[in-house]
Amino acid sequence: MLGFLLNRLWQSAVLLVIVSIIGFLVLNLIPGGPLSQFALDPGMTQDDIDRIAAQMGLDRPLLVQYFDWAWKLLQGDWGHSFRDGSPVLDVIRRHLFATLLLMGSSTAIAIGLGTWIGIRGATHRYSTFDYSATIGAMIALSIPTFWFGLVGIYVFSLRLGWVPAGNMYTIGDQSFLNYLHHLILPSVVLALVNIAVWSRYMRSATLDVISQDFVNTARAKGVSERRVLMKHVVGNALLPMITLAGMQLPSLLSGALVTETVFTWPGMGRLFLDSLGYSDYPVVMGLLMFSAILVLLGNLIADIIVALVDPRIRLG
Amino acid sequence: MTAITDSADATRWWQSRAVRRFRNHKLAMIGMVMIVALTLACVFGPYLLPHDSLNINLIARFSPPLTGDHYLGTDPLGRDIAARLLMAGRISLLVGFFAMVLSTVIGAAIGVIAGYRGGWVGAALMRMTDAFLSYPSIFLLLALAALLKPSPVMITIIIAVTSWMEIARIVEAEVRSLREREFVQAGRMLGLSGTHIMFREILPNAMGPIIVAATLTVARAILLEAYVSFLGYGIQPPLPSWGNMLNGAQQYLATAPWLAIIPGITITIAVTSFNFIGDGLRDALDVRNDHP
Repeated sequence: MLGFLLNRLWQSAVLLVIVSIIGFLVLNLIPGGPLSQFALDPGMTQDDIDRIAAQMGLDRPLLVQYFDWAWKLLQGDWGHSFRDGSPVLDVIRRHLFATLLLMGSSTAIAIGLGTWIGIRGATHRYSTFDYSATIGAMIALSIPTFWFGLVGIYVFSLRLGWVPAGNMYTIGDQSFLNYLHHLILPSVVLALVNIAVWSRYMRSATLDVISQDFVNTARAKGVSERRVLMKHVVGNALLPMITLAGMQLPSLLSGALVTETVFTWPGMGRLFLDSLGYSDYPVVMGLLMFSAILVLLGNLIADIIVALVDPRIRLG
Repeated sequence: MTAITDSADATRWWQSRAVRRFRNHKLAMIGMVMIVALTLACVFGPYLLPHDSLNINLIARFSPPLTGDHYLGTDPLGRDIAARLLMAGRISLLVGFFAMVLSTVIGAAIGVIAGYRGGWVGAALMRMTDAFLSYPSIFLLLALAALLKPSPVMITIIIAVTSWMEIARIVEAEVRSLREREFVQAGRMLGLSGTHIMFREILPNAMGPIIVAATLTVARAILLEAYVSFLGYGIQPPLPSWGNMLNGAQQYLATAPWLAIIPGITITIAVTSFNFIGDGLRDALDVRNDHP
């Protein structure tokens, strides 16, 4: 287990280095580089910009700059927002909760519904339910999330008036119910794609398990079909799903960004878009790095959980 | 293409088992028909419609669908939505297609080299692939689109640069499993160069999974273009794309819902069709089903 853990940590560290190199290269793609805020200022001459560049050490070789930047990143110095001068990590932290809330609730919906659809599709293979679930999943994967959000707003808030059209809470009312009321539509919208993905994987995982010998053995011993399914099949089929949940993190974050935009949800996605609009590159870069680190962490945690649950990996 | 048709050596390729199975796949055929119809409509449709896609007519703005000869209504500038939809389809389908070509070339090249060479070259290339996959694609895509000047060509390149990873992984796995097969060893013994073995001997045998992944990449690329253009960082007006037609739609949602509904349904139809075709190809080409 310790060997596995160290190996996995080492892999994540290597990935983090490569991720940071890609991030650094993107940062230097910006016209004007890290000095772009001054490049737009008409009061600045080229001499001024050169002087600031020298002061900030931007005239050094790229490799030296990278190590300097990466070292600061490790120490938690992610630069300051152009907009209000507050540290980038603080800005991100202020928006983290909203995104995690949205992602968490939509993942809960997706896992609940997706697991059920997947298992039912596998146990009733080639039934009408299975076919409709398969086709439904393919269509769900093809609907642009932001457009589905627009349609949801049109139907459920503009026409029917059941839920608010955006924001996380009504100003002056931060009760739990108020949050919940605002949360329903965006989390269902974000969940759609994930229900589709989750149910497809759950179906094939269940089919894999259902045909194995120990399931037949359980049946032969006279264990009831319901108990076979619940105890022997579902538990084992859910194992690879933990890895899937980790793998789905990047697309979940992408989806959250799009959903937040449509629902003016004050999370990281909204922040990312606003920062792009203000050319607030430190925050943009910070979010890019932060989300990648979040994904690496998520995958690491998923792998560790799988190793803890599955003796084949723990002992292997 | 040889690998796919080899099994049917005596018959023509369109009589092969793969093609027959593809033609018997209902969903794939539905997708095929819809894509052909959509493509024909986008190519020829604009010449048949009474209005030009750029023709601004402020008197006729916000006409709902089926007003006079504005079959799908008009937008906030009074431009004909039907004409814009078809012109936008040209852009969106072309961006989707070429982004697929480019990302398939990048992904296949990286995958083949990583899979065939193995060792530290392979490891380095695959770790780079993993690193790219760690970024939420929309974040990377938007950051690049905001930093570089957006034009249809640039958007295509940016989408390709952020979506080659799946294909690289698929090809790498496929090539790694083919690397030690007899025909490759025979090639090596004949003294063929590494490049020749990689791209002329091994790659054709990995064509099945590549074709499937490429088809699904078109669907993905169309969705990505729509996202980025919807957010205002993609294709820039007055050039219409399905994504940027939705750009201003949210503010008129209460009064002019058709602005949002029509392009969205079109995107969904196009993307669904490509996904259906990809599904059919996967069944027809016997590609292992480890994708949703």
